Amino acid sequence: MSRYSAFSLLRGALTGHRHWQPAWRDPEPKSHYDIIIIGGGGHGLATAYYLAKVHGLKNIAVLEKGWIGGGNTGRNTTIVRSNYRLEPLHNLFEFGLKLWHGLSDELNYNVMFSPRGAMFLGHSDADMVKLAERGDAMRCDGIDADLMTRAEVAKLEPLLDMSRDARFPIQGGLIQRRGGTARHDAVAWGYARGADSLGVDIIQECEVTGFVRDGDAVVGVETTRGRIGAGRVGICVAGHSGHVAGLAGLKLPVESQTLQAMVTEGVKPMINSVIMSQSLHCYISQSDKGGVVFGGDPDNWPSYAQRGHPMVMEGAVAQGLALVPALSRLRMVRTWSGVTDMSFDGAPIIGETPVRNLFLNGGWCYGGFKATPASGWTYAHTLATGKPHALNAPFSLDRFERGATIDETGSGPMPNSR
Amino acid sequence: MMLIPCPHCGPRAQSEFIYERTVDSVVPLDAPSQEAMTKLFTRNNPRGVDDEIWRHTYGCRAWMILTRHRVTNEISGCRAIGPEALL
Repeated sequence: MSRYSAFSLLRGALTGHRHWQPAWRDPEPKSHYDIIIIGGGGHGLATAYYLAKVHGLKNIAVLEKGWIGGGNTGRNTTIVRSNYRLEPLHNLFEFGLKLWHGLSDELNYNVMFSPRGAMFLGHSDADMVKLAERGDAMRCDGIDADLMTRAEVAKLEPLLDMSRDARFPIQGGLIQRRGGTARHDAVAWGYARGADSLGVDIIQECEVTGFVRDGDAVVGVETTRGRIGAGRVGICVAGHSGHVAGLAGLKLPVESQTLQAMVTEGVKPMINSVIMSQSLHCYISQSDKGGVVFGGDPDNWPSYAQRGHPMVMEGAVAQGLALVPALSRLRMVRTWSGVTDMSFDGAPIIGETPVRNLFLNGGWCYGGFKATPASGWTYAHTLATGKPHALNAPFSLDRFERGATIDETGSGPMPNSR
Repeated sequence: MMLIPCPHCGPRAQSEFIYERTVDSVVPLDAPSQEAMTKLFTRNNPRGVDDEIWRHTYGCRAWMILTRHRVTNEISGCRAIGPEALL
């Protein structure tokens, strides 16, 4: 595998750029792997990469039913941040954010990570109290957070509607300056190229249709390309966690829902940071290409459809327009949606399952992209050693029955408490 | 948007309805703790047909069970339920 560099680019320019090679192989599946990862999204590929890189394992396969990065890795709004409220989430996401800051160098692949600042807006006194509390909690755990005055928000984002009679008046904000965005496809491709160069087999168009059992243990998978034996199997399929785990007879604490996002035509820079409002659940950023990307709430009922409903999109657009009225002059060029596996406390599940040799990484709800490096790192540790890493130990599958749920929003009671 | 055949009002736009939860997650009041835990915190979540409880909130306000395909959104049945279904 040749390294990408300015020098190789120059050398290629002299030879008509005929030097480019495929970034990863297209191997036939072997009959047995030590570790099989189901799902070739960012998380699965990152897991494979760290298994090979950090744990020195060689005989690993990633099985992907479609093409790599074609699921939620290619369907999110690319926001990267670690501004959560509770300690287990701080630890996991901050570990990930630190990996993000060196990821392009690590992978020798430009993931276009852009720490332009991730800002929550406060719309009321109560919001500002909540943001101050969150910021304090973050700083106690060594994560950067700055409470912003109204004037500071207006200076950073001049196009926000700051008038007193705005539909959603803005009183201030909380910014994590090390947060930002990254290029989603590059993350999948970079990890795929890195994993492949370390000997991982990335097998696309290979759907898992069942598990091979030996007593209480999983010893392989049935796929559309035949039976493949495995020492350990890791599920890493985002919205389809419930379906794949169901093939092993497991019933998970997740409900799959659709989450939509959309992008406008490309324009000159108009949004400088990542603008988020938790009171509204709306998030707006501008891609390096110029398109304004935004999203809102999930379609709040179960679905595996990978397409959203206009009434939810309308809600997200209405919020976006109320915050940044100038958006009304832009044309929407694309909308898309992904299937998210919503867990009942909003936090992910990474760890063992009741089935021996079968592991689960899922339940990422609407927030998996930012965690890609941390998810891969901790899941690789879990798959390599059979035991959770300290960072993902709190995110075990049995935390619900133990009453040890982790409230992702930091807002109190769970969805089931009503 | 789906067109939901309310048993009381006929076909109505989905925007009039609120999704409540799936039928498999309704916890009987006398359920033993293991069953209550399973129903509270796990879901069948099939990539296919399941029964769901919806409410015609901005219409007749009645609860109903919708049988719906989770990929195609095809609705194969919608029946009225009484208050006893949510006990």
